[in-house]
Amino acid sequence: MSLDNQSPELFGQTPWQTVGPFFHYGLPWKGGADLIGDSPLGARPELAPPDHDVLGDPARRGPIAGEAITVMGQVFDAEGAPVPDALIEIWQANASGRYNSAADERADQPLDPTFTGFGRAATAEDGTFRFLTLLPGPTPGPGNSQQAPHIAVGVLGRGLLKRLTTRLYFAGHPLNELDPILALVTPGRRGTLLAKAVTEPGVWRFDIRLGGDDETVFFDF
Amino acid sequence: MPNATAYNREDAGQPPSLAPAYASTVARSPRQPLVRIPQTLTEITGPSDWGLLMGDALADLTGSHAGAPIGQRIIVAGRVLDEAHRPVPHTIVEIWQANAAGRYIHRKDQWDAPVDPNFTGAGRVITDSDGRYRYVTVRPGAYPWKNHVNAWRPSHIHLSLLGPAFATRLVTQMYFPDDPLVAIDPIAGAVPEPYRQRMVARFDLDTTKADWALGYIFDIVLRGQDATPMEA
Repeated sequence: MSLDNQSPELFGQTPWQTVGPFFHYGLPWKGGADLIGDSPLGARPELAPPDHDVLGDPARRGPIAGEAITVMGQVFDAEGAPVPDALIEIWQANASGRYNSAADERADQPLDPTFTGFGRAATAEDGTFRFLTLLPGPTPGPGNSQQAPHIAVGVLGRGLLKRLTTRLYFAGHPLNELDPILALVTPGRRGTLLAKAVTEPGVWRFDIRLGGDDETVFFDF
Repeated sequence: MPNATAYNREDAGQPPSLAPAYASTVARSPRQPLVRIPQTLTEITGPSDWGLLMGDALADLTGSHAGAPIGQRIIVAGRVLDEAHRPVPHTIVEIWQANAAGRYIHRKDQWDAPVDPNFTGAGRVITDSDGRYRYVTVRPGAYPWKNHVNAWRPSHIHLSLLGPAFATRLVTQMYFPDDPLVAIDPIAGAVPEPYRQRMVARFDLDTTKADWALGYIFDIVLRGQDATPMEA
């Protein structure tokens, strides 16, 4: 018999494959990009006929502590063209720096039960995306270090065989200077990880460049 | 700091980001080397409340409409495991696919094959305490795409998993045995052999239900936890 998924000698990590161009009715959900409210932000239900809309509905939320922020940006390819079929995922701690995850066992840090810290947004035709979330607190790093407030970002899409991962930091935050992960990035490229405050209060801009000049720093971990 | 351990890095079976035979990767893959970082609390934690996220399970993709969809009814079952063969319980598997004619319900799919009013092609299941999952659907058809002249995607089902951590994220595609298109597909082909065959399901008579549906088994293996403590 030829080798397949059940061959013991092949057992190991299932390979990544692209999400392709047609993930919009399968992956995002309504409200996937609103981590603090109940808006339908994040999905693109217009890409499926109304009688084939099976996207999940916005969550009902309880009180969530912290400073509400908007993270917006645009995804570009190596030629500078906007990417209209990318999917951005974020993962972050709450305002106290606690992750809503069984693996964060620090019971002394408060949890907001309806703040999952995970979000998903499909890019629009012009490559833009937008999340409504809150400013995360600092989190522990390796050893006794402390990580500056940051949001882990995953980029998926047509033409991306596997996820690219990066991090969003907040430009001007005093803890950035001491962050153990930013310190691993050559100073000339650190700027690609810094979201910039725009004129509107609480709004941060974070563009993602998959290649070309000023290519975003992507991580291997 | 909790005494959690880091997850294993990619194994040799993962595709590169740049695979020029899949033309869209050329402008959508980085040219700078990835920056290697240690896994911190950020990477070893991950979301778990599916009710607050994607919504309820939807394990029968053939039952969401007034009638039955056209096509070969199939059952796909298997386990989600880590690299030490341990089950990954209570984790979500999101599913999407084309219909039996190879057409997606997506508005941007312009291929001239019929839409099936009784088939959407999206579902989600949550693994049980033993890591098992099962869903019912129809076998998707092959379809042409514009990657090169006379390019056809093999029949495939898209699967998305989060697993226990940000580090365990996986999106893959399940292929079918004896499909001649797998060997000439640039997307499956971005995965080196023999690892490509990890994505080929096996027909299974025990999973097959008499007088009702063909059965396939497909186990999904996520990055496992290294024995080395994260702080070491």
